[in-house]
Amino acid sequence: MNRMQINFTLNGKDIHLEIEPGETLLEIIRKRLGEIGTKKGCGVGECGACTVLVEGRPVDSCIYLGIWVNGNDVRTVEGLAAKDGNLSEMQEAYIEDGAVQCGFCTPGFLMSATAMKENGRKYTREEVKRALSGNFCRCTGYKKIIEATEKGLKS
Amino acid sequence: MFDVKKYYDVDNLGVALSLLSKEPHLIVIAGGTDVLIKMQHGWNQEETELLGINRIAELKGIRMLDNGDIEIGALCNFNQIEEDATLQENIIPLVEAAASIGGPQIRNVATIGGNICNGVTSADSASTLFAYDAKLKLSTERSERIVPISEFYMGPGKVALESGELLTHIIIPKESYEGYQGRYIKFARRKAMDIATLGVSVNYRIDEASGCFEDLRIGLGVAGPTPLRCIEAEEYARGTKVSEEGIAGIAGKAVLSSHARTSWRASKEYREHLIEELVAEALLSITDGVRGEEDE
Ligand SMILES: Cc1cc2nc3c(=O)[nH]c(=O)nc-3n(C[C@H](O)[C@H](O)[C@H](O)COP(=O)(O)OP(=O)(O)OC[C@H]3O[C@@H](n4cnc5c(N)ncnc54)[C@H](O)[C@@H]3O)c2cc1C
Ligand code: FES
Ligand code: FES
Repeated sequence: MNRMQINFTLNGKDIHLEIEPGETLLEIIRKRLGEIGTKKGCGVGECGACTVLVEGRPVDSCIYLGIWVNGNDVRTVEGLAAKDGNLSEMQEAYIEDGAVQCGFCTPGFLMSATAMKENGRKYTREEVKRALSGNFCRCTGYKKIIEATEKGLKS
Repeated sequence: MFDVKKYYDVDNLGVALSLLSKEPHLIVIAGGTDVLIKMQHGWNQEETELLGINRIAELKGIRMLDNGDIEIGALCNFNQIEEDATLQENIIPLVEAAASIGGPQIRNVATIGGNICNGVTSADSASTLFAYDAKLKLSTERSERIVPISEFYMGPGKVALESGELLTHIIIPKESYEGYQGRYIKFARRKAMDIATLGVSVNYRIDEASGCFEDLRIGLGVAGPTPLRCIEAEEYARGTKVSEEGIAGIAGKAVLSSHARTSWRASKEYREHLIEELVAEALLSITDGVRGEEDE
């Protein structure tokens, strides 16, 4: 194996690692760095459970090679709360609106929704649905997730 | 963990081309949304060696050249294409095709070059590039050639890339888009995150004096083993009145060019029905203000 060096920041923390070229970002986050908030669902880019933000943009970390984040800023659900433990407005909205049932999809939805909030655009209901269309939920039927996202965008 | 023996992380086109010429067995990877899925499915050898090109800045831009042609770098991803002002102004169907692909996470990563080079008939950008007579710039370490997209697709999953060659840019000639209106319709079973059952890309130019189509082009995806053009319908359309009846005639002819077949997604008959319906729908949706009644 040809091991490779990468440097990136994960939730603001400098990370330096030696990885194998075939390692995914998801594996690096969960296995190497022990941050298990990010989930593995389908493993093939369909469900969005593994969504993280790379340079502020959502990507499916299960089909994103670790080597690609060299030099980048990566954020996961662990990085959403403030340092003092206060949850983000989006996280609060998901809890208040009952957008979480089993919770497996939630970290992925929160990352997509956080990217929406941070780009500062206004979203119609249809646009909210579209921006969340890469995330699947088996439990909630989406209604509450969509409402919570809209609330989080407003607050 | 993907079975990757070696990964070359390259940020310069010249370096990539010279590596590829020395080591032609390298598999090119851009966004990886096709390559990695295939590897996941056990395609290929163990010991894959990848040439990662996604850091090559000179393949990432969209710009209008001095002669008015629009040049799209092979590494542009579909979010970038959807949001690009030049394309929004001039080639709406390509913007619509980009918007129809996957979900946001896929569009942030998937490139137009990968979409084309993967060689499948369902590639959402391909039917529109066919419909605009796009040209592909292919480079090796020593040479460069321009190939019309219609000659690039050889068969399912097979494209005319030679050993050591990279797709660098896609060019839409000025005469292909100037004065044309167009639309892309993707028909799929779900609204998002689904592969097309049929993709229809139409564009036309009108002769104001006669109220007839002066030129009309139809590109189809998933109507045959490769994307294709509806030559019969296009010939029939020239000089045909821009009217509901004229459009119905054109849509009927579109089926003649298809080589639709039955798959688990849809039967041949259903696909042919869809071709006629969607060609008509696409044309009707963009001729609203200019349609004349058939004067008898
Ligand atoms: C969940 C999911 C949903 C999807 N939805 C859609 C969809 O709705 N519509 C659609 O059309 N596709 C869809 N795809 C397929 C895929 O995302 C697209 O085909 C994408 O555009 C491929 O681009 P890439 O950069 O990821 O290609 P890669 O996987 O990196 O490469 C694809 C192929 O092209 C070659 N290649 C790439 N760039 C070059 C180059 N510049 N020169 C020479 N060869 C090159 C590679 O060697 C490989 O053979 C989906 C995929 C997934 C995983
Ligand atoms: S686990 Fe990555 S998209 Fe499903
Ligand atoms: S809450 Fe269970 S999958 Fe969404």
